[in-house]
Amino acid sequence: MAIFLTEASKVIVQGMTGSEGTKHTTRMLASGTSVVGGVNPRKAGTSVAFGDVDVPVFGSVSEAMSATGADVSVIFVPPAHTKGAVVEAIEAGIPLVVIITEGVPVADTAEFFALAQEKGVRLIGPNCPGLISPGKSNVGIIPADITGPGRVGLVSKSGTLTYQMMYELRDFGFSTAIGIGGDPIIGTTHIDALAAFEADPETEVIVMIGEIGGDAEERAAAYIAEHVTKPVVGYVAGFTAPEGKTMGHAGAIVSGSSGTAQAKKEALEAAGVKVGKTPSETAALARELLTQS
Amino acid sequence: MDLFEYQARDIFEKHGVPVLGGVVATTPDEARAGAEQLLGDTGGVVVVKAQVKVGGRGKAGGVKLARSVDDAAEKATEILGMDIKGHTVHRVMIAAGAKIAQEFYFSLLLDRAERRYLAMCSVEGGMEIEELAVERPEALARVAVDPRVGIDQAKADEIVAAAGFPEKTTPEIAAKVADVLQKLWLVYRDEDATLVEVNPLVLTEDGEIVALDGKVTLDENAGFRHAEHAELEDAAAADPLEARAKEKDLNYVKLDGEVGIIGNGAGLVMSTLDVVAYAGEKHGGVKPANFLDIGGGASAEVMAAGLDIILTDPQVKSVFVNVFGGITACDAVANGIVAALEILGDEASKPLVVRLDGNNVVEGRQILADAGHPLVTLADTMDGGADKAAELANA
Repeated sequence: MAIFLTEASKVIVQGMTGSEGTKHTTRMLASGTSVVGGVNPRKAGTSVAFGDVDVPVFGSVSEAMSATGADVSVIFVPPAHTKGAVVEAIEAGIPLVVIITEGVPVADTAEFFALAQEKGVRLIGPNCPGLISPGKSNVGIIPADITGPGRVGLVSKSGTLTYQMMYELRDFGFSTAIGIGGDPIIGTTHIDALAAFEADPETEVIVMIGEIGGDAEERAAAYIAEHVTKPVVGYVAGFTAPEGKTMGHAGAIVSGSSGTAQAKKEALEAAGVKVGKTPSETAALARELLTQS
Repeated sequence: MDLFEYQARDIFEKHGVPVLGGVVATTPDEARAGAEQLLGDTGGVVVVKAQVKVGGRGKAGGVKLARSVDDAAEKATEILGMDIKGHTVHRVMIAAGAKIAQEFYFSLLLDRAERRYLAMCSVEGGMEIEELAVERPEALARVAVDPRVGIDQAKADEIVAAAGFPEKTTPEIAAKVADVLQKLWLVYRDEDATLVEVNPLVLTEDGEIVALDGKVTLDENAGFRHAEHAELEDAAAADPLEARAKEKDLNYVKLDGEVGIIGNGAGLVMSTLDVVAYAGEKHGGVKPANFLDIGGGASAEVMAAGLDIILTDPQVKSVFVNVFGGITACDAVANGIVAALEILGDEASKPLVVRLDGNNVVEGRQILADAGHPLVTLADTMDGGADKAAELANA
C-alpha cells in the first residue's frame, strides 16, 4: 500500500515552469509519476511538453484540481513566494502538499503549518527531497533508480544520506522512503511517518534516520515504545559534530534533550530500537531483521 | 544569527521596547566617553557589560558597575580582552544604571516540538532562570503562542496572568508588563527572530518596566527580506577559514583533525565525519578536520574553492570526497575534481580519496581513472573510502 503516496496519486507541480520545477517534473514523469498539471498564474492555459507528454499549466491550484482531480501538490517555488504557494494549496483543499524549497523563513512555515492543521491538510517539508513509493509514485527529487518496491519503510531528515541508506538496502526495496526535511519546523515528523508505516500492510521493517539538534528522535522513541509493533532500526548522524551553542537560557529550558547523537541513540535503544553507528552498520541491522522474517 | 546585547538593545528601541541608554566601546577611552555621555550632570552609575554571544557573563566577571568615568575606563580595561567561555571580549557596552525594584523574565521562541511559538515568563527574573525551571517549574509560566496571531492584548494578559503578576506584584504592573510583551512580539515578528529573551525585564524604582538585557536570534533564511540584517553580522568572531568559506557560499566548519572532508548534503557529511572518526581509531587516532557541504555543487570552482580552504589548514594530511549523486551527476563531480586539481596545481599537495555513487557513477569513476592523477585514489564504498583516507592521513 505504501504511505501517503500510491499509484493512484495525481500530482500537480507548483512552480513547474521554473528551472527547478521543469527539471524535476521531467524526472518525476520518467519515474512513472502521474503528473497531471502545473500551476503558474502567468502561464495559465499553456502547456509544457515533456517528451511525448504535454502537461497543462493552470492559473491556480483550485483550477488544476477541478480540471484533473489532483490530490497531491509538489512545490518548487523560491523561498520568497513559498508561503503564498502553500497557503493557496491549503485553501484549495488539496490533501497533500510536498514542499521541496530550501530557505523558507521559519515564521512562514510556522504560519502555514498552523493553517494546514486547521484545514486538515498534510504538509511534508519544507526543505525536503520529497517521498517515493517505488514502482508507484515519486514526488520530489529522490532518484528513482536507486532501488525498487519492497518491505522497508524509511523516514529520514536528510537528503543524500537517505539515498545512501536506500542504496545500502537496494536489494530489499522500500514501500515508501520519505525525506521529512531538516528545518526547525516541519509538516510531517518522524512520528507521523512511523504511525503511517505501522498501519501500512506493505511495510515490515522501519528504518529511521535522525541527526543532532532538537528532540524529535527522543519523542519518536517514546512514540515507538507505546505504539509501534513493527521492528525499527535507527541511525543518527552527528556523533562527531561539535555541539552547537545555545543562545540564552530559553532554548536549553525548552528542549527535552541535550540534542546530541549519543542522547538520541540512548533514547532510541531504550525504546527497543537497534541503532547503527554508521549507515552500513544500520543497513546490516535492518538486513538481519529482513532475512529473519 | 545571534546578536550582541547592544544590537538587541537597538532593535528593542526601534520597536518601542523601553530600554536605557547604551554606548558601545572597544577601548577604555571610548568607555570613558560613553560613561561621560550617560552620567552627564546627574551622576549615578553605569554598567560596563562584556558583549559576547554566550550567557553567564555576570558570573564570569564580565558585568561591572562603575561610578565615575575613570571607573568606567578601568572596568573596561579589565573586561576587554577577557575570555568568557571561549569567547574573547572585543567590545563592551556602557549601559545606564537602573534603580531596580524587581526583576522579571520573559522569552519568546520557537517550540519545535509543538511547531508553534512558546512564551515563557516569570516574576522571578535575574540570573538563575535555568535553575528555576528545574527546581520550581511552577514559577515559570509557559504559554503557547499561535504564529498567526502572536502576542496581542489578550495573549499578553494571558501570559502575565499565568506568571502570577497581578497577585505577586500588582494589577498595574501586570498591565505595564503586558504592554511591553506586545512590543517584544513586534520585535520577534517584524525582525523574523527565532528567539527574543529578556533577562532581566525590570521594574524600576520609578515604577517603569525596562528591558535591561536582550538576547535576540534572527532567522537567516529571512535575510532576503531584511537587507539591514547583513551589517549585524560579526566578521571578527569567525575563524578566518570559515569566514573565507562563507564568502564563497560554502558551508564549512573547521574542526581539529587530519582528514579533510567534502560531501554533498549536510546529513551525509555529518555521517562521513562519524565514519572517518571511527576509521581513524584504527589509524593512529586521526580525526576529521572539518565539515564541508558543497550541496549540489559539482562545478570545478566550488570543488576548487572547497579543496583550497581545506588544504590551507596545515593539519590536514588527506582529504576524503564522499559524494552520492542524487540530482548531482557523478561525472560532473569527477570533472569538477579533475579541473579543481588543475586550478590548484602545486597547492594540491595532499592525497585525495574519492568515493562516488549514484547518478552516472560509472562515467564519473571512468573520468577519474582516465585522469590518473597521482594524488587521487578511488574508493568503492563510503566505509572503504573513510578507511583509506584515515590510513593516508596517518602515513
